[in-house]
Amino acid sequence: MLRRQMNPFASNNASATTATITVLPLDPPPPYSEKPYIEKLEGPRRLSSPKINKIANFFITSPKTKSEAQSAATALKLAASAPYQGQLNAPSPQIKSPSLSLPTICLSTSHTDEPPTTLWSPPSHADARRKAKEHAQFAPLGHPSHRYTSKHVGKEFPEPLMDEPPYYYLLTTYISYLILIVFGHVRDYFGKRFRPQHYRHLQARNGYAPLNSDFDNFYVRRLKMRINDCFSRPITGTPGRYITLLDRQSNDFNLHFKLTGTTTETLNMSSYNYLGFAQSEGPCADFVEEQVKKYGMTVASPRGDVGTTELHLEVEDLVAKFVGKESAMVFSMGFATNASSFPALIGNGCLVISDELNHASIRFGVRLSGAMISMFKHNDIKELEKVLRNSIAQGQPRTHRPWRKILVVVEGLYSMEGSMCNLPGLIGLKKKYKFNLFVDEAHSIGALGPGGRGVCDYFNIDPCEVDVLMGTLTKSFGANGGYLAGSKAMIDKLRLANAGSIYGESPAPAVLAQISSALRLISGEVIPGQGEERLQRLAFNSRYLRLGLKRLGFIVYGHDDSPIIPVLLYNPAKMPAFSHEMLKRKISVVVVGYPATPLVSSRARFCVSAAHNKDDLDRLLEACDEIGNLLQLKFSSGNAGGALPLPEGVTADMEKEWKRTAKPQDLIEYQRPRWKLDEILKRGVQDVKVPLR
Amino acid sequence: MDLHDAQAWLTNLTNELSVQFSKVPGSAILLRYVKSSYQDDPIRSAVELFLFLFAVRYLLAPSYKPQSNSFVKLSDEVPTQSATHNLPSLTIRQEIDELVDDWTPEPLVAPQTALEEAENEKRPVIVGPTGPKSKLANGRTVTNLASYNFYNLVANETLKEKAIQVLRTYGVGPCSPPGFYGTQDVHIKTEADIAAHLGAAACIVYAQAFSTISSVIPAFSKRGDVIVADKAVNFAIRKGIQISRSSVWWYEHNDLKDMERVLEKVVKEQARKPLTRRFIVTEGLSENVGDIIDLPKIIELKLRFKFRLIVDESWSYGVLGRTGAGITEQQNIDARDVDMIIGSLAGPLCAGGGFCAGSEEIVEHQRIAAAAYTFSAALPAMLATTASEVINMLQTTPDMLLPLRDNVKTMWTQLDPRSEWVRCTSSIDSPIMILILKSDIVSGRKLTIGDQEQIMQDVVDEALANGVMITRLKSMPRGQHASAKEIGWELQPALKVCLTSGLTKKEIERAGVVIRHAITKIMKSRR
Repeated sequence: MLRRQMNPFASNNASATTATITVLPLDPPPPYSEKPYIEKLEGPRRLSSPKINKIANFFITSPKTKSEAQSAATALKLAASAPYQGQLNAPSPQIKSPSLSLPTICLSTSHTDEPPTTLWSPPSHADARRKAKEHAQFAPLGHPSHRYTSKHVGKEFPEPLMDEPPYYYLLTTYISYLILIVFGHVRDYFGKRFRPQHYRHLQARNGYAPLNSDFDNFYVRRLKMRINDCFSRPITGTPGRYITLLDRQSNDFNLHFKLTGTTTETLNMSSYNYLGFAQSEGPCADFVEEQVKKYGMTVASPRGDVGTTELHLEVEDLVAKFVGKESAMVFSMGFATNASSFPALIGNGCLVISDELNHASIRFGVRLSGAMISMFKHNDIKELEKVLRNSIAQGQPRTHRPWRKILVVVEGLYSMEGSMCNLPGLIGLKKKYKFNLFVDEAHSIGALGPGGRGVCDYFNIDPCEVDVLMGTLTKSFGANGGYLAGSKAMIDKLRLANAGSIYGESPAPAVLAQISSALRLISGEVIPGQGEERLQRLAFNSRYLRLGLKRLGFIVYGHDDSPIIPVLLYNPAKMPAFSHEMLKRKISVVVVGYPATPLVSSRARFCVSAAHNKDDLDRLLEACDEIGNLLQLKFSSGNAGGALPLPEGVTADMEKEWKRTAKPQDLIEYQRPRWKLDEILKRGVQDVKVPLR
Repeated sequence: MDLHDAQAWLTNLTNELSVQFSKVPGSAILLRYVKSSYQDDPIRSAVELFLFLFAVRYLLAPSYKPQSNSFVKLSDEVPTQSATHNLPSLTIRQEIDELVDDWTPEPLVAPQTALEEAENEKRPVIVGPTGPKSKLANGRTVTNLASYNFYNLVANETLKEKAIQVLRTYGVGPCSPPGFYGTQDVHIKTEADIAAHLGAAACIVYAQAFSTISSVIPAFSKRGDVIVADKAVNFAIRKGIQISRSSVWWYEHNDLKDMERVLEKVVKEQARKPLTRRFIVTEGLSENVGDIIDLPKIIELKLRFKFRLIVDESWSYGVLGRTGAGITEQQNIDARDVDMIIGSLAGPLCAGGGFCAGSEEIVEHQRIAAAAYTFSAALPAMLATTASEVINMLQTTPDMLLPLRDNVKTMWTQLDPRSEWVRCTSSIDSPIMILILKSDIVSGRKLTIGDQEQIMQDVVDEALANGVMITRLKSMPRGQHASAKEIGWELQPALKVCLTSGLTKKEIERAGVVIRHAITKIMKSRR
């Protein structure tokens, strides 16, 4: 047998099925996967013939022969679903179960595109290991059709629709917080009386005020501490397609953690590794090695003194060209780029109008600058216009003098919402109101646009329309630091006025080498085609996963092309549950709650990468399907997408008409998407390439 | 339409309702209560009715925004409604539209001045590695006394090899903030190494040294808290204090008498108020002046007045003390007596990032509350391991610090007593020599800060022309349109000579002569 099948789910054609059945007894499912197996059986039960159902049920209920029953039942299930899966558009035959061990996946997928030949000889051990490592960082592309170009289509800015769950979930969320808070206070009340040593750091002692106020600390102590094991999980190795977690445990309710010494390799849905440049092998790493040998680890001076080498100038040139600006400057930290640039751009007598969801670094920088701040509702162009009109008309507070400058600050892609800024709308307002525009492309650079050049590229807007383009090099390029791009006059001035370049350490040569090689790859200067592949894979993956989640019935925020996919959980207890269930299935995800999000809308966030392939996403969708059922997360109403395809003979243009005339019971079915998993996998690839619905 | 029918229906309905109402548990009590209270007290009924009407009015009232007193109402036409409005708005120009048309903002950045243009033009660009002898973009090789390459660690082959090994397992960037899968085992190790080196309980590593203290201060000191700080503290500390919004008291640079006076005054003033957090913020080795604090005395004061002590060791960690563990090691102080020690891994250690060491509580609080830690990607693994490696070297071979100290002494003999124009304000232990013009020359020639800056730039250019690259202490960037009051203490322009152990005594002496002659030449030519 050529393909090494480790799991019955891994095959989709009849001949492979027969082969797999013989393998089955050798490969008992890992203990924890028992439940998923049974649930999976429930999935196809509705699809397949009643006869098979009966048999499957029969097997499940007999406890003695449980493991055999499972294998037999799965074999039956496979046989039954084979015709469905045969129609799959999926290029690679695997639909993976989370129970698979990871390195094996890589090995088997790496051979899928080779033609079958009897002269096959197994790769040498070292070769196989190298390949496995490579694929653990960057997955091989399953099929050439798994690509898409990230680009704005149509004229209107697509306002993302915000779906809302039934009131039941909102109500229980509030009640949950109420219970948590009441319980926390009860614990505090008794704790302070019976175990005062635990509260000593919150009370004044020997004339020192506590470092932490009791009140401020309450949330952390009583709410975050409960789920602390979902945050700051330590890792080792490269955060590529897979991420290796260091296992840890806590004996004192998450106060301290002890590393157990073991590791778990998980599918990485958490790192901002959009273009998959977090690699320790390949052209980028080779270039970094070369430059480290040449330059050493540092240049040991700030940029303002003598910390500029020709490598810096080269990278700045590349960045400027990449974003389409005259000039650019790079910094060693993304946060500090914002924190130090605002004071250099604006000051007293200036006004900053900022989107309410802007990043902390922007707030930090603006507060340092001394400018006035007003805010507008997230992405609400109408409210921005109102604020602008009012501010210009009223002038500075009290004195009513005109503002010196007005700077509108938005982010290209919002990291917690997955939404893009309405750049066309902003440019329109800019022409009318003459303000300056600052776009923070921390997440959008590399991740959006046909050339990966950010929101301007995505909306096909000339970068000259935006005054300042800021971004980080941490995310898409797998390096560290940030950049600022603008006109040459502006950058030259900022080199002298910006504290980050006067005092901050100069970016390290290794980091610069990574940036430069990544940029060259993306623009196709080196190894033409690879950069394009990364960009298109990211766009495909983002749309595919988003569509899949919507069809499963999850509430998902953000724009269709954004690689940040927040899945709404609402109830606070579902955060740790979701994280733990995912970890059980060897997938690492980020869960966020208040204060990073509004109190009710706790969420899990998936960051899609070009390093993933369709199989990884299918594995994630399957896990989401199971967990969604388990935790009751499928509550979308359907108005934000994921609808069933229109009935035969109805085209997109006729949709409105059809909605009016269709029978009410048809419409309810049509409105609330609860697709079956295999239906999603089957239709995903083709549906991703048309406007999502 | 029969009136009787309607009446019957109404009676029926009321009966039905009263029956239903009586079925509700407790309805009898309510009914009795209402009956008895309103019968006896008509005023109460009136008041309750009034309250009810008020509540209805309040609920139905449109929401309003508090507008400041100086808000001027102007005629405006909301642009989106213009289509529905028809006649008058088309003819009368609206005030707001006019104001919008009138407003011309200043350009985002002011045009460059001649001095700024020259500075941008002259900034040296190094080709190839930074070393004691560096090659510049114009093809010349110069003696580099401008980089913080004190132990010539940039050229260290072992460090490079180790870094490449790390690259081959970890890649370059961690692609995540530390809170979300960005904490790598190498960071944990580096934190432990620093804490062990200093003798502190715990430590946290930031991704950039410059941002560290600006985030540490506001993580602890909030509005209403008190900070007592040295007047000459560096820019990063100033920004940290500014963003914390605490009330700040300044004392004269490195003047412990004045510090005591300020502390006393603060304590007296705060005596009646509720207890707030109080901090003393100072630098171990001053960035702008170069002198060293008397830590035992400060600790005594801090304990006496019950302040917490934050010491910025960005320039002393890796320099002072037998193994380079900083000012606590040099002055034989237990690092636990200092509440927070902030240091740089990018300066003397030639790696990257910064750290804050302190008690477990202090460190853990920063992991959630320090902006530059929570909202920024973690330090690249290669830089973290390089820092660990250098700390290991410092501890195992403390002799590596000695040649640098000899070189500093050599340079001192060339410059401080021998030059008639400048004097060195930095400590003899500091490898960064800060040279300022002597005060009699400044007052005799009536040199403004701008003049001195120009002189220093000329000296730097002259020295570079003669093959020695040094740099100057730049005045801190001011906030745009900042008033004089906000600027506060202003540093005196100075030359910065950064020594390295990568040069021989002869080379240092020769460089010293070049610098001295450059100063003399510029000062004489300006007469």
